[in-house]
Amino acid sequence: MPSSQVPLRGRTVKQQDARTGLLLLTPTLVIVLAVVLVPLAWSVLIAFQRVRLIDVGRMGLFDRFTLDNFARVFASDVLWESLRTTVFYTAGSTFVAVSLGLIAALALRRPFPGRGFVRAAMLIPYVAPVVAVTFVWKVLLNPEFGIVNSWGKQLFGWDDPIAFLSQARGEITLFGLDVPVPTALLTVIAFEGWRYFPFAFLFLLARLSALPGDLEEAATVDGATPTQRFRHIVLPQLMPVIAVLVVLRTIWTFNEFDDIFLLTGGAAGTEVVSVRVYELLTVQRNVGAAAAQSVLLAAVLVVLLGAYLWLLRRREGAKP
Amino acid sequence: MTWTRDRVERAVLGVLRPVVIVFFLVATLLPFYYMLMLSLRPIEDLLRRPDSLFPDLGGLTLSTYADVLRPVTEGGQGFLSLLGNSAVVASASVVVALAIAIPGAYAVSRLEFFGRRQVSSLFLVVYLFPSIVLAIPLFVMLTRMQLRGSLIGLVLVYIAQTVPVAIYMLKNYFETIPPSVEEAGLVDGLSRVGVIRRISLPLALPSVIATGIFVFMIAWNEFLFALLFLVERRDRWTVSLGLAQLSGSIEVSTTVLMAGSVVITLPIVLLFFLTERLLSQGLTSGAEKG
Repeated sequence: MPSSQVPLRGRTVKQQDARTGLLLLTPTLVIVLAVVLVPLAWSVLIAFQRVRLIDVGRMGLFDRFTLDNFARVFASDVLWESLRTTVFYTAGSTFVAVSLGLIAALALRRPFPGRGFVRAAMLIPYVAPVVAVTFVWKVLLNPEFGIVNSWGKQLFGWDDPIAFLSQARGEITLFGLDVPVPTALLTVIAFEGWRYFPFAFLFLLARLSALPGDLEEAATVDGATPTQRFRHIVLPQLMPVIAVLVVLRTIWTFNEFDDIFLLTGGAAGTEVVSVRVYELLTVQRNVGAAAAQSVLLAAVLVVLLGAYLWLLRRREGAKP
Repeated sequence: MTWTRDRVERAVLGVLRPVVIVFFLVATLLPFYYMLMLSLRPIEDLLRRPDSLFPDLGGLTLSTYADVLRPVTEGGQGFLSLLGNSAVVASASVVVALAIAIPGAYAVSRLEFFGRRQVSSLFLVVYLFPSIVLAIPLFVMLTRMQLRGSLIGLVLVYIAQTVPVAIYMLKNYFETIPPSVEEAGLVDGLSRVGVIRRISLPLALPSVIATGIFVFMIAWNEFLFALLFLVERRDRWTVSLGLAQLSGSIEVSTTVLMAGSVVITLPIVLLFFLTERLLSQGLTSGAEKG
């Protein structure tokens, strides 16, 4: 190679770097391909095939294709019911978790003795094993020996214990009117708020600590009250983080399985789509229908992800 | 002294702030206190006085822990061996995930190559992608490869689930190392891999540890895949799966299961408190830049 006898040094280093870069990344790409992308593609194939759980061992990759699974999934009333539940659950949980996170972050904004401990303690619900925390909540709310019901009876004079996790519809009396409420669904949303507010709190507190103080000081000099400063100076600067948090929480809650499965098993009006996928797979043993349902879920997710990436790009574009 | 709006707000917020802090602190810690307290009480005491937040100090017992840890053959719940399964699965996931993610993160943060940006987006998508969608094809795949019911299959899935997050966390750290330090190494005749081993990795060690602990926590806490792959093999259950399966049965008393919950939660909370600062920084380093 005559032309490279006197190579430009920078260029060969660059070429070498490019090769090393791909080489270093290969193991990651291989495992992501093998355990995420290929299975996803396969899932789409299965969604168009008749596969029962007992056939799994001897099914072919390209067996006869059919639309039966989707027809079955779409025809079922349960789908629309569970989609409605999922949307309500997602919107409620996201709203509660992000709002609580914001309140907590604002409360901890200024230093006080013990702040480090309080901050760490408030992250525990998020890091603790989901199986353990759902179990504690189940016992806390147990109608027979849970502390919430026994205190409710003593302090608030409840006549009967409330079956927080197994009652689909309850009634609360407001101004003499009996208002029906989806008890179990609201309880699950409260749990999500409790478990995931730390995530929002962590990110909002990090952003709050990085805010430059001069704007707020100037506003204080100009006579702005604390709530005015929050409304017009702090909140606008937090909005980008809040937007990202809302999208992330929406994506994750929309597909959440563990929490609801462990708390209610999907009973009492809490059957979200992901729990239904699991039931199609293990109870009805219909792998094809389960795959169809999950592909549908993935489609919704791709739309949400697209929105998120678009938001992210717009944010990066807006930066100087 | 007039009560201007500013003064009123300051006074109200001054009172509200500590109230809010105490409220959050109680709300987050009370369930964990309740867990610990129930695990030390005999079940009869719980049924007799369900409303008490403070156990009868004379009646405290550790028999619940003995019960839950003892092997099934000796009439216990066998949590000790389940803890062993979880420890093996989580440690293996950490070791392999780090071995894969460290070079990957270095490549993404430092080296210019074709498709670098696309790769970053791909990892973000994988990180955000929900387990339930992957659960079905993985279930089918592992059944066919006869890896269902084995811990190896589970570890493979955990690695794929954690490598993207690990790369994200490590990448942020590698980017803070000044390139000039590495260039000095290159000039001195080290290869790229030599630079990573001798210079970048030692500098990034704290964040490598934090990332490893994060992976450990994800693998230890995971439930869905353990349920799908291992449910029929009680001897291979992870400890999370064990607790979930047993809490559905009425034969095991609540206080014994509470002891099980404490046993699962304690290692995670301890690890978390040891590395809390590092972890929070690693996760939020994107947010501070706005």
